[in-house]
Amino acid sequence: MIKVENLSKRFGNQLVFENLNFQINDGDFISLVGPNGSGKTTLVKIIIGLEKPSSGTIQTSSQTIGYVPQFRNVDSDYPLSIEQFIRLNLKVTLNPEKRRQNNLLIKTILKRTGLTEIKDRPLGLASGGEKQKAYLAQALLNDPKILILDESTASLDVEVKTQLMDLVQELNHKYHITVIFITHDYDLTKKYTKKALLFKNKTIEPIDVQKVSKDMFEMEG
Amino acid sequence: MFGYEFMREAFIASTFIAITAGLVGVFVVSRNMSFLSHTLSEIGFAGASFGILIGISPLAGMILFTLVSSIAVGSLSSESSRREASISAISSLFIGLGILFLSLSSESSSYATNILFGSIVGISAKEVHQLLILAIFVILIFIIFYKPLSFDSFDHIGAQAAGLKTKLLSITFLITLALSVSIGAQIVGSLLVFVLLTLPAATAKYIVHSVPKMIIVSVGLSLIGVWLGLYLAFITNWPVTFFISTFEVIAYFLGLSYKNWRLSH
Ligand SMILES: Nc1ncnc2c1ncn2[C@@H]1O[C@H](COP(=O)(O)OP(=O)(O)OP(=O)(O)O)[C@@H](O)[C@H]1O
Ligand SMILES: [Mg+2]
Repeated sequence: MIKVENLSKRFGNQLVFENLNFQINDGDFISLVGPNGSGKTTLVKIIIGLEKPSSGTIQTSSQTIGYVPQFRNVDSDYPLSIEQFIRLNLKVTLNPEKRRQNNLLIKTILKRTGLTEIKDRPLGLASGGEKQKAYLAQALLNDPKILILDESTASLDVEVKTQLMDLVQELNHKYHITVIFITHDYDLTKKYTKKALLFKNKTIEPIDVQKVSKDMFEMEG
Repeated sequence: MFGYEFMREAFIASTFIAITAGLVGVFVVSRNMSFLSHTLSEIGFAGASFGILIGISPLAGMILFTLVSSIAVGSLSSESSRREASISAISSLFIGLGILFLSLSSESSSYATNILFGSIVGISAKEVHQLLILAIFVILIFIIFYKPLSFDSFDHIGAQAAGLKTKLLSITFLITLALSVSIGAQIVGSLLVFVLLTLPAATAKYIVHSVPKMIIVSVGLSLIGVWLGLYLAFITNWPVTFFISTFEVIAYFLGLSYKNWRLSH
């Protein structure tokens, strides 16, 4: 559960948002929408503790959060293979039993994200969709109870978007992982989520995705 | 060639220099800090001549200067383009200072060439001991911080997202970088220590795809480079640095061609 009360954030003089009040329950699959620069990424950074709120409180029931950031520094020269990239997030251990468990975990996650066949390919040479899957897989290593995807589907074609979202939906259904999905994509929001939080006039309001028209969504989000 | 005391000293020293430089280099390259390591060598030159001027050892002067400036750079702006500009401004200043310190000190100019271009004869048993201690310290830091440092260096944003203390890791890394520059310069010279700190790791990046393998290839290439360099310098009396940089550059281009060849097959 994530409970946000009277949350405000400023950078210097610039007010990003104020008086946010909302709650996200365990097992929710919600989307977080709003125009460029409205504060979606900033809000997420506050939730995971990378930024401090200017005022207000945020409570998370001490659960592990897996965060897939919006941007990544991976150019075409990037040397690590997909599997090695995912492994960066493993905890260090010399215990052979734990190492075996880790190897098993990696295997499972590679399979779940459909990366097994290309696990040895350098990440720099992977396609946009494969990269996003690798980022997701890396975030899944900590066995998160909450998963935050910051525009992971941007710049993917429809087929790959659907693949990725089906995977996330499965995580939500099968393993009851809470999902917060940041997007500008009306169709995906409508297809995969029921509830959405919309940034509007420097604050946030819950919207019923099924009732919002595409025009309204695009105008406001 | 091991019949000579100075060659034994030089061999031990350069072995440890190659191991630290090859190891640290993997992280220099993955953190995109080749440019900074170059600048640090120039700052190291100024530090060494400052050490000579005020009568402490050149090594101590180097460590002093490189440590202070690497920490300053680390706390400077994190925006990389602005950082590059300020780094190159700082480095020009330090080359000037280095030359000034040298001309003010009474040491002969051969000392200056040793610091700048490296030398296999200049190193004493006591200096070898200091080098070893520093090198072992650097290696230990890397063993202790191996996992988080790899995460932060190969995926800074991911490491932040996973909640690692990336600022602390960055400072730790800069300290080891400053130390590696200082110890490396003793044999290779401060002008070319960055060769060992960047080329073997950049080559490794082209041919293997995991952190441990990159470390093995990078350390291996620097070891072969310095051993070959020492041997050839001993029999030809040409500067050791010439052989080392030639070898590393050839290896680099072979690595690059290998990568391109693999891409087209
Ligand atoms: N570290 C920072 N310092 C100053 N201003 C910042 C910082 N981070 C974000 N901002 C500003 O805060 C506002 C919100 O940015 P944020 O990245 O959260 O928007 P967003 O909703 O994620 O946008 P997008 O849809 O483009 O990803 C922007 O005006 C941005 O310029
Ligand atoms: Mg954003």
